[in-house]
This record gives sequence, structure tokens and C-alpha cells, in this order.
Amino acid sequence: MIEPGSEAPDFTLSDQDGNEVSLADLEGQTSVLVFYPLDFSPVCTDQLNVYQEVLPDLEEQGAKLYGVSVDSAFAHKAFQEQLGVSIPLLADFNPKGEVAKAYGVYVDERGHSRRALVMIGPDLTVKWAYHASSPLEVPGANLIFDALQAA
Amino acid sequence: MIEYGSYECPYCAKADELLSGLPVQRAFRHFPVVSKHPRSRVLAHASEAAGLQGRFWDMHDALMGDQAHLDDPHLWQRCDALGLDLARFEADRRSDAVAERVQCDFRSAIRAGLTTTPSLVIGGVIYPGVPGADLLERLPGRP
Repeated sequence: MIEPGSEAPDFTLSDQDGNEVSLADLEGQTSVLVFYPLDFSPVCTDQLNVYQEVLPDLEEQGAKLYGVSVDSAFAHKAFQEQLGVSIPLLADFNPKGEVAKAYGVYVDERGHSRRALVMIGPDLTVKWAYHASSPLEVPGANLIFDALQAA
Repeated sequence: MIEYGSYECPYCAKADELLSGLPVQRAFRHFPVVSKHPRSRVLAHASEAAGLQGRFWDMHDALMGDQAHLDDPHLWQRCDALGLDLARFEADRRSDAVAERVQCDFRSAIRAGLTTTPSLVIGGVIYPGVPGADLLERLPGRP
């Protein structure tokens, strides 16, 4: 997995509405890429629901969250609507998992990313990274708050 | 034992059913995840408002016991059944004090790293999900 202090690998991905989001768009803000396995899976649902609840607090601390999975923008749109969340969801769809691979969180044998968090600073370097020990582990939002405080 | 839950969460109702009557001291804390359970915060406020009239656990049991009826008229019916002062209940459940009480519980859940309901905290260890037979057997106070 990518290490803190590294330059964040470049990317351009579509969000759930088909808008392109690039690494360059994150310059000047603190961003957290939330890599998760798959839309509509039970554990991912809990994770994004909880993050949604603390979104105002995270934004108050200057952090913006982006979900990233190998699902398409259309699947992301449906997932976002079903969950009732506003976190932008980026489609690492084609080439499949390319961004997850660049960040070292892709699991080849499963065909999706592991559950991981990557904090990117305003200077586009990686400030903090965390990966869950198993797909069933949901990183608590407390980890993000702690990382923000430490950054 | 601290039980984090939501009145709109069916798994919480199941956990509550399993835990009620056990010889352990329980504390309930609210973990309303509104994007998943839209009325969870409103219902948390309702139970705390009932608590201000000394009937928290009665309202808690009434909410957990019938999650098919959680709209406002159903709350008023529960108030009537519990003999609560409805006007006071309505004012209290919309009060800043009750909102802060529930938010305090929510913040403590986030700080503890909880991500789902129900979650039990026993001896500083978090047990997410409906407690299984193994955990129930190991609860302090069990024979």
C-alpha cells in the first residue's frame, strides 16, 4: 500500500454523475480517498452511512471524502441514491481497478480493492494511509479524525 | 454493558430482545445513523423525552417492541399508554437539551470507532452486530 510521504498517484475518474474528478482537482484541500470493495455490499453500506453522518464535522475540519470502487458511475449513482449519501463516488471502472492498483490496494484474486483510507494533503502528497485487516473490518470514522488532528 | 443502537434498526430490536432480562447491568446509548434509518434520531429524542418523565426504559421497550409503528401518532399513542404528559413530551423531544444528549451519545460512538448498530461494549471490547450465543453465555453475571 502507498506510504505516507509519497506523491499521490495521478488519476482521473468519473463520479456518480459522470463528472471527471482528477488528482489535480484535490490540490489545496485535504482529501480522503475511501477505497471500498463493492457498491451494495452490506459492509460497505454501513461504512458509507456512518461517514455520511460525520461529513459536516469532517468538512468543518477541512477534509473532503471521495469513495472509490471498481463499480461503474451508473452503479455508483444508484448506490448513492439508495444510501442517501452525498459523498462523491468515483468509478475505478475502466481500466478496472487501475487507481486502486496505483495506490496498492487492489486485490487481484477478488477483482476489487481492499477497504482502505488514503489521506492526501493540499500539496498532493499522501499524509496518512490505513488498510483494513479484512473486508469485514470497517475503519471507524475516528481514524479519520485522528489522522486529521495528527496532520 | 453498553449497548449502542437505534430504534429503527431491526437488528437492534433482536439484540434488545436477547439482552432484556439478563442479569447484567445495561446502559443504552443512541447511535442514530440517519442516512440508513431516517427516523432514528427523532426516535432517540422521543425516548429521552420520555426519560425526562421517568419512563425512558418503558418508551425504549415500546419502541424496540414494535418497529412497524414509529411515526408521530404512534409515539403519541405510546405516551398515552405510559401516562406521559404529552405537551411536555412534545416540547422536550424538540428541545436543545435532548438533542445534545443524543448527540453526545452519537459522538461517543464515533470516538469509539463504532460503525454499525447494534454494537455492544463490554469491558472495553466492542462486539458489533446481534450478540451470538457464545457472547451471551460469557456475559458477566451469567450463571
